[in-house]
Amino acid sequence: MSLRKKEALVGIALTLPFLSGFLLFYIIPFFITGFYSFTSGISGMYFAGFRNYAEVFASHAFRLAAYNTFRFMAAGIPLILGISLALSLMIFGKTGHSRIFQSIFLYPMVIPVGSVVMYFQVVFSRYGVLNRILYQLGLPESDWLESSSAFLVLLFLYLWKNCGYNIVLFLTGLNGIPREYLEDARLNGAGKWQYFRYIQLPLLMPSFLFVFVMSVINSFKCFREAYLLGGQYPDESIYMLQHFMNNNFASLNYQRLSVAAILVFLVIFALIILLFSWNRHREKDMAGLIREKAKPSAHRAKGRRSEPEPPAFYREHRGMLLNETGEQRIQRKTGRGQEGRRRR
Amino acid sequence: MKVLKNTVLALLSLLVVLPFLFTVLNAFMGSEEFGRYYGWLNQDAEVYLAFHLFPDHWTLEAFFQVLLSAPDYLMKFWNSMGITVSIAAGQILVSCLAGYGFSKFQFPGRYPLFVLVILLMMMPYQVTLVSNYIMLDRLGLIGGYAAVILPGIFSSFGVFLMKQVMDGIPRDVLEAARLDGAGQLGVLVKIALPISRGGIASLLVLNFVDNWNMVEQPLVFLEDSSMYPLSIFLADSIQESGMEIFACGVLAMLPVLLLFAYFRDELISGLSASALK
Repeated sequence: MSLRKKEALVGIALTLPFLSGFLLFYIIPFFITGFYSFTSGISGMYFAGFRNYAEVFASHAFRLAAYNTFRFMAAGIPLILGISLALSLMIFGKTGHSRIFQSIFLYPMVIPVGSVVMYFQVVFSRYGVLNRILYQLGLPESDWLESSSAFLVLLFLYLWKNCGYNIVLFLTGLNGIPREYLEDARLNGAGKWQYFRYIQLPLLMPSFLFVFVMSVINSFKCFREAYLLGGQYPDESIYMLQHFMNNNFASLNYQRLSVAAILVFLVIFALIILLFSWNRHREKDMAGLIREKAKPSAHRAKGRRSEPEPPAFYREHRGMLLNETGEQRIQRKTGRGQEGRRRR
Repeated sequence: MKVLKNTVLALLSLLVVLPFLFTVLNAFMGSEEFGRYYGWLNQDAEVYLAFHLFPDHWTLEAFFQVLLSAPDYLMKFWNSMGITVSIAAGQILVSCLAGYGFSKFQFPGRYPLFVLVILLMMMPYQVTLVSNYIMLDRLGLIGGYAAVILPGIFSSFGVFLMKQVMDGIPRDVLEAARLDGAGQLGVLVKIALPISRGGIASLLVLNFVDNWNMVEQPLVFLEDSSMYPLSIFLADSIQESGMEIFACGVLAMLPVLLLFAYFRDELISGLSASALK
C-alpha cells in the first residue's frame, strides 16, 4: 500500500467516530427535513410543492418572528461590535490588569442565566429598582418585562453575556500586532487616532469578521434569555423565530417547522458565503495595495499629503503577515522551526 | 483622559458583576427577610422594590433548605451533572480524534466535510433541532436521556476547535516522533494531545457551560419533567419562588464558575485559537 493511501486510511479512521454520529444526527436528517418541507399529511404522504412555504410566509406569527429576529440583530450586532471594540482598546495595554478585566467581562458567558434571573426580575419588573430610580429622577417609567421595552432588556442581556467573548477575540487581534509598529508609528509622528485608523483597524479586520460571525450565532442563542424572561409566549417585541419554531414543536406541526428551519438555514448560509467572499476580496485588495505602495517613488515625493499615509513599516510587514500560515507563525514566534531545520 | 478611561472601565465592570454579587449575597438571607423585601414581587402591591444587596441578618437557612429539606432541587442538579458530564466526555473523545484527523491527514472528502462542520456550527440550534428530532424519533430515543446526550456528543464545535488547535502543532514535531518509531496512535496520545491540552481544557469549559445551560433540547426531547435539568427547573420555579431561589442560583452557577476559575487562562487562549483562521 502506498504511503498516501495509508495516510488517507488513518485519517478516515480517526474521523469516522465523529462523522458517523454527525451524519446520523445532523446531515442525513437535515435532508429529510428538506424533503418534509415539500410534503403534506401526517407522515408526509403527499407532495405539496411550495404550498407549505407560501403558508408560512403568509402567517402572521412567522412574519412577526422574522421581523423581530432581524430587528434584534440589526440593533444588537453593531452595538456589540462597537462596545466590545471600545472596551478591548481600553483594556489593551493595561499590563497586569488586562487578565482581570477579561475575566470580569467573560464570566457572564459561563453563568446560567436562570441562576441570576431573580436579579433581572428585581431590577426590571413593574415596581422594580430601575423604575424606582426613573421615578425619583422624574423620568417616564416603563413596564420593562411586559411591554415593547422587553426588547431593550433582551438587548442588554445579550450585551452583558457576549461582550466578553468578543473582547477576548479583539484583544488577541490587538496583541498580534507587533509592538515595533507602535514605536515606529510614534517615531514617524503618527498620533493615537492615526495609529488606530491606519494600523490597528486594518490589521483587526480578520478578527472583525470572526467576531461578526460569532455575534450572529450568539444572537440566536439569546432565545434562552428570552425564554427565561418571557416564557413561551413573551411580549410581541421579543417573539423570535426560535419561539415560532419551539411553539410549532409543541403543536407538532412538522411541516411548518421544516419550512422555517430550511428558510433560516438558507439565510444564514447566504450570509456566510457573502462574508467569506468579501473577506477573500478584501485580502486580495490589501495584497495588491501593498505591492503598489511598496514600489519606490509614490507618496514621499509629494510635498503635501491629502491624507496621512501609513508609515513605512506598515508596507514592509503587512504582506508578510497576510501570507503567513499557522506553522510559520509558530516558527517565527519560537524560532524553533529554523533551528530544527538547520540541525537536519 | 486616563482617569476617565479607568472610571468607565470600573463602572462597567461593576455593572457586569452586579447580577452575580446580588445573587450570591442575597442567598444568605433568611425567609422572614426575603418576605419583607421581595414578598410583593409576585403580588401587585404598588410599592417600589429596594435594591437590597447585603442581608440584614446573615444565615445559611436557604442553603439548608435547598440541600437538605427539599430533595427536588438536588435531583435536578444531578440530572444536569449526568447529562453535562456524559456529553463533555463523549465530545472531547470524538473531537480529539476527528480534529487530529482533519488537521494532519489528507483523505478524500476532507475539505467538503470540514466545510459542512463549520457550516453546521454556525447554524442556530433551532435549525438542527428539527433534524435531531426526526432522527431521534425514528431511532425511538425520544423521552430518554440518550435523546439529549447523543446529538450533543456529535455537535460540530468541538471538532472545529480541536482542528484549529492542532493546526498549530508543527508537522516536523509529529514526523520526528514517527521516525523515532512511535505508532500513529502513540503520536496522538503522547505528542499531539499533551501539546493541545490547553485547547482541550477550553473545549471542556465551553462544552460544559453550553450544556449546563441547555434549555431547548430537554424541553423538546424529554417528556417527563422530573427528568429536566437544573437550567429549566430554575426558569420554571421563579414564579413560585421563595428565598431558596437565590441559594438555588448560587449552587447552579457553582460548577461552571469553578471550572471557569480553574481553566481561565486555557479558556482565554482556546477562545483566541478558535479565531485564528
